[in-house]
This record gives sequence, C-alpha cells and structure tokens, in this order.
Amino acid sequence: MAKPPEPTIELVGIAKQFGAVQALRGVDLNLYPGEVHALVGENGAGKSTLVKILAGIYRPDAGSIKIDGQVVELHNPAQARNAGIAVIHQEPTLFPDLNVAENVYMGRHPRDRFGRVDWKHMYQEGERLFASLDVKLNVYTPVQGLSVADQQLVEIAKALSLQSRVLIMDEPTAALSAHEVQELFTIAKQLRERGVAILFVSHRLEEIFELAERVTVFRDGSRVATAPISELTTEQIIHQMVGRELETLYPKTDVEPGEVILDVRHLTRSGVFEDVSFQVRQGEILGFAGLVGAGRTEVARVIFGIDRADAGEIRIGGKPVQIHSPEAAMHYRISYVPEDRRQHGLIMDFSIAKNMTLPVLLRQTSQLGLVNRRREREVAQDYSAQLQVRSAGIDQLVKALSGGNQQKVVLAKWLITNPSVLILDEPTRGIDVGSKAEVHRIISELARKGLAIILISSELPEVLAMADRVLVMHEGRVAAEFTHADVDQEKVMFAATGQVTNGNHQ
Amino acid sequence: MATTSEHVRGTTYPPRRSGSRLVGLVSRVRELGLLVVLALILIIVGVQVPQFFTISNLVQILLSVSILAIVAVGETLVVLTRNVDLSVGSIVGFAAFVAADLFKQHPGTNLLLGILLGCALGLALGTINGLLVAAGRVPAIVATLGTLYVYRGLDFLYARGNQVSASDVPESFLSLATTPFLGIPALIWFAAIIALIFAFYLRSTRTGREFYAIGSNPDAARLVGIRSGLLIFAAFALSGLLSGFAGVLWGARFATVDATAASGLELQVIAAVVVGGVNIFGGSGTIFGAMLGAIVLGTIDNSLSFLKVSQFWLQAIDGAAILIAVTIDAFITRWLQRLLIIRRQR
Amino acid sequence: MKHIWKFVSAWPWETLLVVLLLLTIVLGNALSPYFLTPFNFSLMVEDFVEKALMALPMTFIIIAGEIDLSVASVLGLASVLVGVTWHAGMPLWLVIGIALVVGVAAGLLNGALVTRLGLPSLVVTLGTLALFRGLAFVILGDQAVSDFPGAFTNFGIGDVPGTLIPWSFVLFVLLALLFMVTLHWSWIGRQIYATGLNKEAARFAGIGVRRLKLLLFILSGLIAALAGIIFTARISSARADNAIGFELDVITVVLLGGVNIFGGRGTLVGVILSLFVIGALRNALGLADVSGDVQNIVVGTLLVLSVLGPNIVQRIQVVLSRRRLAAESSKQA
Repeated sequence: MAKPPEPTIELVGIAKQFGAVQALRGVDLNLYPGEVHALVGENGAGKSTLVKILAGIYRPDAGSIKIDGQVVELHNPAQARNAGIAVIHQEPTLFPDLNVAENVYMGRHPRDRFGRVDWKHMYQEGERLFASLDVKLNVYTPVQGLSVADQQLVEIAKALSLQSRVLIMDEPTAALSAHEVQELFTIAKQLRERGVAILFVSHRLEEIFELAERVTVFRDGSRVATAPISELTTEQIIHQMVGRELETLYPKTDVEPGEVILDVRHLTRSGVFEDVSFQVRQGEILGFAGLVGAGRTEVARVIFGIDRADAGEIRIGGKPVQIHSPEAAMHYRISYVPEDRRQHGLIMDFSIAKNMTLPVLLRQTSQLGLVNRRREREVAQDYSAQLQVRSAGIDQLVKALSGGNQQKVVLAKWLITNPSVLILDEPTRGIDVGSKAEVHRIISELARKGLAIILISSELPEVLAMADRVLVMHEGRVAAEFTHADVDQEKVMFAATGQVTNGNHQ
Repeated sequence: MATTSEHVRGTTYPPRRSGSRLVGLVSRVRELGLLVVLALILIIVGVQVPQFFTISNLVQILLSVSILAIVAVGETLVVLTRNVDLSVGSIVGFAAFVAADLFKQHPGTNLLLGILLGCALGLALGTINGLLVAAGRVPAIVATLGTLYVYRGLDFLYARGNQVSASDVPESFLSLATTPFLGIPALIWFAAIIALIFAFYLRSTRTGREFYAIGSNPDAARLVGIRSGLLIFAAFALSGLLSGFAGVLWGARFATVDATAASGLELQVIAAVVVGGVNIFGGSGTIFGAMLGAIVLGTIDNSLSFLKVSQFWLQAIDGAAILIAVTIDAFITRWLQRLLIIRRQR
Repeated sequence: MKHIWKFVSAWPWETLLVVLLLLTIVLGNALSPYFLTPFNFSLMVEDFVEKALMALPMTFIIIAGEIDLSVASVLGLASVLVGVTWHAGMPLWLVIGIALVVGVAAGLLNGALVTRLGLPSLVVTLGTLALFRGLAFVILGDQAVSDFPGAFTNFGIGDVPGTLIPWSFVLFVLLALLFMVTLHWSWIGRQIYATGLNKEAARFAGIGVRRLKLLLFILSGLIAALAGIIFTARISSARADNAIGFELDVITVVLLGGVNIFGGRGTLVGVILSLFVIGALRNALGLADVSGDVQNIVVGTLLVLSVLGPNIVQRIQVVLSRRRLAAESSKQA
C-alpha cells in the first residue's frame, strides 16, 4: 500500500470560549488532499465555530493550525484566503449589484499593462473557469438575479480561481433543490479530483453517505468520533451526535380528531406555490414535509397573513375568511411559531415577560390603554412554569437564554393567544435534545386539548413520529399525502424529491 | 482550452440561469431615460422659447451646473459606499469665503496658492467627516448633519459679518471660472476633467471597484479582505477636497461671497446624484449618471426663468426630484424582483 | 452617598445630562448676570418651546427606527399658511385649522412613502425637507405677513396671569406628560419599542408596524404645524424662511437625551433633560452675544458627541475587558 499523503491542514487542540460558553474544547482534525471530509453534529456542537476559525473570522483561544506542515496564523479573512482556505458560508457572501465575473475576481481584477482593470480578460477567465466546472453560467449577469444554487456555484468558482487547497462548505444544501444538490456534488467531486481537501458540514446524513469518505462527529464542543464513512451506520452516527438512546424522543399520544377547523383550498401564490389544498381537524397534527424551498413556510406565511395569496380560499370553521395581516390571523385564532426564532420569533432585547405578552397587549394585559404590569407578570409566570422555561426570572432578557428555552418562550407567547390553529415551523431546530423531547410533549398535549396543529419540519423522524397525517410538498405543489399508518421515510423522500407523480391526493 | 471556451460561448444560456440579464439592462435604461428626459425638456421648452435652445444658453446651463457637478463627483464616491455627506454645502461655502477673502486681504497672492488653500481646507474638513464615520463609527447622517452646522458656524466666526464683493478681488481670480479654452469656459473644463478622472478611477482601478463592493455588501467586502474603513475615510476626504475646490470656483464665479454662500447646496447635490441613478443604498451608479442628473436639474432650473416661472420653485423641484427618483427606483426594483422570481420558477 | 451611587449606576446617561445641565447653568451665570433670573427663564423656555414640542414625536419616531428631517420645513410651511390665510381675511379658528391639516397632510406624505413604498425615511424626509420649504417659498416668496391680532400673538408670548410661566410652556408640559405616559406605560409605547428593536418580530407578533409608523409621521407633522402656529404668534411674523435649521436642535436634543439612533432604546425623561440643557445653552450663549449660527457650532458638536461618546466608551470597555481576560489567563497559566 502506498504511503498515505500528508494532511493539507492539521488542527491540533483548537479551543474557543465565548463568555461562559465553551464552544470548542481541544479539537483535533486533519484534512487530506483529494478527500471529502464530513463534519456532523447537532446545533451548538461547535461546527460553525470551527468553520469561522478556519475562515479567519474568529481566533482560537488555544491550539494550532498547520497547513502543509507549517504553522499559520489566521487573524482575518484575508489571511485565511491567502493561506489557501476558501469557505462557502450558509449565506452567500456575494455583491448583488456586481456581475458574476467581478464577484469572482473582486480585489484581484486582472490588469492590463497600463495597470487598468482588464475587463475583457476578466470575462474570458471567468468563462473559462465555469467551463472547466462544466457549468453554464453567464458571467455578465448581476448576481442579484441568481438563485441560491447559482450563487453557491459562483462561490465555488471563486475558490477555484484562488487555487484554494481547502474548501469548506457550511450547510451548502440547505436551500437547494434535489437537482441542484446533485450538481453541487458533481462539482465537489471534480474538485476532489484536483486534490482539494473538502470539509463538508451538514445535517443531512443521506448526503454525507453519498459524498464523503470520512466523517467526524462533534458533540458539545468536542470531537467524539472520526472514521471512514464505510465503517459507520446512520444509527451509529446519530448515537455519537446525541450521546443517548432515542426511544423517548417522541412521546405521541393518540387523539380522536374532531371537526375540520382549517380548510385550505387551491391556495396559490405566483412563483412560490400553486394549488395547495388540505384540511386540519381539531386535535390533529398535520405534518408538512419536504425539502427546503418546497414552499411549506411560504404557505404558512400566507395562512398567517404575512404574505398575500394570489388565488384560492381559506376557511376557518367552515366560513371563508380574508387574512391580510397577522392581526387578522390572530382574530381567527391562528398562531404561527416562525422558523427563525431570533429574527422573527423573539425580540432579543426584551424580557421573557415582555416577549410572551407582546401579541396580547390589547386583549389581555392592558386597561384603558395602559399596560397592567401585574397581570402581565401573572400570565408570564404562569406560562413560564407550565412550559418549564429555565431562566433567572421572567425579567431576564431572552437573549441570555439557551436555544431550547428561547423556543419555549416563543411557544408560550403563542399559546397565550389561545389559538385554535397552531402552525409550528421547525419548532425543534437548533435546540438540545432534552428540550426537543419537552417540546414534543407539549405539542402532543396541545393536540389532546383539541388544537389543530400544522407541524412543518425538515426532520423526517420527527414528522413521521408525531404527525397523524403527512403532507409532502415539492417545488410549490403538494406532491403526496400519507396517513400515519402508511407513511415511511422512503415514500416521503420520493415525494419530496419529485419522484411521485400520483401520490395519495384527496 | 480554446475549444472549451468556444463551446461555452456557443451554448445558449437557458433562461433559468441568465434571467437576470434584465438587471444589467435596467441600469442602462436608467441613463437612457435621463437622456430622453433631457431631450424632452430641451425640445418642449425650446419650442416655446427659442432663446432657450441656443448654443450660448446651453453653455450657460453647463456653466451653472459645473460647480454642482464637481461636488456631485465627491458625493457619488460617498454614496457608493452606502453613506451620505450632508456637509458639502458648508464646506463649499467656507472654502469660497476663505479663498475670496484671501484675495481681498492679500491681492498679490498667487492664484494657485488660493486654490490650494481652499482645497486644503476642504480636505481637512472632509478628513474630520471621514474619521467620525470610519473610525468613530458615527452613522453618516448624524456625523455630517452635525458637521453641516459646525462648519457653517465656523464660517460665520471666520467671516465676522463681512462680505467679499467683485471689486475687492483681483481680475485674475474672477476670470478663473470664465476664461475660455477652445471657446469653452474654464469652469466647464474643470468639471469635465474631474468627472473623467473619477469615472476612470471607479471603472478601471481595483480600489475604485472596491467602492462598489463596500456599498453592495459591506459584510462580504470585509470577508474578501477589502479595507472598508480606509476607503470610506478616503471617500469623505475626497468629497471634502472636491467641495473645497468647488468652493474656490464658487468664489471666483459669484464674486459676492459671505458666510451664507452655498447654503442648501447639499440638497441640490443629493438630488443630482439620486436622479442620476446612484443608488442611495450604495453599490451601483456612475459618475456619468450623476453628471446627467446634475445637467437635467440644471436644465430645469434654467428653463424656469425662460418660462417666466418664479425662481422660488427651485427648492421645491429639487425636493420633488429626489422623491420621484427614489420612488421610481423602488418600483423598478419591486417589479424586477417579481419578474426574476417568476422566471426562476419556470 | 450610597443612594447617589445607586442612582448614577442605574441611570448613567440621565446623570450625565444632569451634570451637563449644572455646567450650563454655571456657564450661563458666568456669562451674564441676567441668566439666573425668573424673567430670563421665562424667555428661555419661550424661545425653545417649538423645538421642545417637535422633540416629543421625534423621540417616538427615532425609537421606532425611523427619522424625520422635514419637521422644520413643515413648521415653515404651516407658518406661511397661517400668514397667507390670515392675510386673506379668514377667521382665526380656520387659519389654525388649515395649518394643522397641512401638517397632517405633510406627515401623511412622509409616512406613506416610508410605509407603503418602503423607502428609507432618511431620503424621504430629506426630499420633503426641500419640498415643503420650497412650497413655502413658492407661496410667500421673500415677503412677510405680520398684522396678526393681539389675541393670537399673546398666546405666543403671553404668560399665565400672575406668573412668568408662558402659555406655550403650559401646553408643552401637558403634551410632554401625555407623550411620557404613552411611551412608558401604554401598549402603544411597548409596540414602538418592539418595532424599533426588531420590526420583523414585531410584525410577526401581530403589531401593525406600517400603520404605527404612518401614525407617528402624521403626529410629527401635526405637532410641527402646531409649533409653526406658536412660532408665528411668538415672533408675530409669517415668513417662508422661519425656523430654517430647527431640525438640528430637535434631533440633537433627542440623541443627546439618550435615544439610540438605530432605534429601540431611550427614554423621554432623558430627552426632556436634554431639552433643558440645549435650551439653557442657547440662551446663555445668546446673552453673551453669540450669534445663532455660531451657537450651532456647539449644538452640532453635541450632536456628534452624543453618538461618538458612547462609541468611544464602549471601545475602551472592550479593550479593558480584553486586557483583564488576558491578565487572568496568564495568571492561571
């Protein structure tokens, strides 16, 4: 057997602390040229922190980074770039007003012999770059109009033109369709052929099995396992990520569903989703499955009045209604727990009490225009106890809480409005496993009390276990509908990736 | 390699990917639109009042906007980086008085020295702005709103109620603006050359392109290693320098200068820049567009006297121009977004 | 002593303002023997009341995350309309009514452009600053209307009988109380803070963000028009160039009062304290024969310092805490 190659990049003992939180504890990692190395772990396990250290955005408190055997200091993004590291962040970091070619070459524009920017040469180089990746992209177009998938391709081209030796992809497939994911993988494999060391950070285990050679698992800031992908099963990886058995994760109790509360008929929003129809009964949990970008959140936003529908009808309790704003939705007792709790779910600089009572200021906690502080505290204490929110008191600012407790505050906020329809958008994303189980318990309890619940989730096991029925969306349409009894992961995946043309429609 | 390039060039790009050719087109249309508006005004007014459409009047228009144009070049640099400089009017006025007063007190002074003094003053004041915004992290509106009044106040302190009039200054100073070269007044040459220099800088140098990057996505600019702080500082310093130079020219052109000179100029400059298609959020726009904007507004201004419309309409028109231009841009953006989303779904 | 320290650490900014106020009083007394007289206090208050009034809705607007640069122009436009309608022979109640309606309309324009079209309030109100002032000039040119009746001007400069308290000040106090209660105790105030901190989350919580901001702009226009009426009464003259530059003081007062320019933070108590600081400062400098334009140097500097100061302090704190952490970790090592 040939001598194994030297690692392109060696991390030894990397540690990073933010205030009281130890994000990384003495992590070691090696990346070899021509390999795709997957990095998995729950949210908060330290993956993002490691990526940011490699990108030069954070500086490690301890440990060393060696590239080709030489110790390097990555004090800022420019140094990381010069060291040969390219990072594709979750959010594309491109310049929307400038065209593709200039985005690739910003700061390194080719120059002619007078020192002027040589535009013609730049466009030629750009076209050559994309051709070598076998990608059809017009280098003249402003980046503004490109889809997320195309923007990532621009990022990759940028990395290529920098002759990067290390490419780090941080959750690159989150916003891509199945087809686009395959294109991305093809290019990644090409880069692998060229000897680039690739670190692929992802939540999606099926993708990791498809693309990676080795996988490293992080948990609570430490590296808990590294092994060739061929030696591990999904269960083993999850076990390492979570560190405990999973049986008690989904405490679903069976409920007899009641009347149809929410009836959505042929709902359409041009360019986003089309002809979406479904019903939800009292006490029922309707799961919404599908890949990111399938349109599930968009449907929820229309039902909650954030966006407007272009066609179709929504009926509450049998009567057609017009929902033009969240206020109107609340009037019809619809509540929505948004996907992004930091941006949309909470006001970070408000206390727990203030956040929880925000939607009900007028209805419950005000008299004669003035806020009744005592009533506000009563309500906040009550719900904080019910949902077991762990905090230093209801006056604590929510930004100081952990992800799981923050999510509970958001839930409480919407439960206080006493809804009859509750839409949950990725309610357990980014929270620790213990809190996850608690949230699931709460959801089950709510169903038992007669709420109609829509559960939007990208975690298939969660949807499969908790939902009475599962609706699968694909690229803006309802692809399939399953009952709890006859649903399984494969069927859902097939529908979600567009491979079912005649699903179980009603 | 050559064959691969040819292959790529020969391929038809599916609409799904290149749907944003539109976006590039729209910015061209913007400038074309301005030319059309300009032509329309010239024709409509010219038909009613023939004296409007003469060469001498057109030169008059260019003359009247030249000083504004020089300041607008500096303002464009600042706006491209997603900032704004409200203090330009005060800098112009201050430099105008200082320069004119210099020639009044010391009539034998070398012309160049006077110009340098005005420029140095402008540069110093612009530097303060730059430090406040780039180093002090004070938002540009707050910083330059403050310096607008501080600089004007300093101007009043310096002037002590005095005034400089045409008879107080040497002929050489007054002719700075009007001396013709090849039949065109020097002032217009100054404006044209400055515009060309900075247009070249923004289009054909690496750092010039970085101005666009900073305004288009400040976070991404940092990640790519662009020294945003330095460039933003430079933008304000240059804006001050150009305003200082424009101030000297103001003194030369208007001859009667006191501490109120160029009051309100900042509004005209911002109107010109915004009408000219420079995005108030930064990241896009050209010097050429800003110049067009200045010329369009200057033409409207000039036509007012021919149409026997009161000069008092000027400020209202500038305000309306800002509102209309920004509104139109917002509609275009909205329409484009809608179109691109629909195209992408196909 | 401990009580004072407790107060200082709980309200650092307000403490600073109190110190500034005391310094200004000392300065004023040094500059002129007339400064610390009741008559001067009455004059000081009267001189500043229009700016004080406009600072109230400006506080709400800035906390909500927007800004209104056009207030002085609305004041000027209202003043011109008062002059023109009075000159045309209309009864006083109609004159006042028309001015107030125009203020509402101006605020409506600002608000509509910001909330319906999503345009940044900085640019919109910069444009309307020019537009409204321009319209004032179109209407009245460079002329003045000054033949107002005694009843009108008396409100502007008159005092509550038996005291030296100006009527306009009484009006201000009433409005200030109303605004204070609204901001700090009512649900509207809570919504304003939420909107300023995170307008998306506020929207998702059912707050009508667009409607709220529209109402705030209308309120600003209305109060600016009211200020225009009072100003015209006080100086007994309606001119198109009335109150040019007032927005400097109004915005300085609000920012110096501790309201964060990015929204979501600040109190009316701070703003009121800062009103007195700037009002006293202008008065003191005026007594020392410093012209308004030169006074602007001081006010403009205070505006910049109100943001620069905290930034510098924060930077120092970061550097100090980093040094402390480094010292601690090297001690452990």
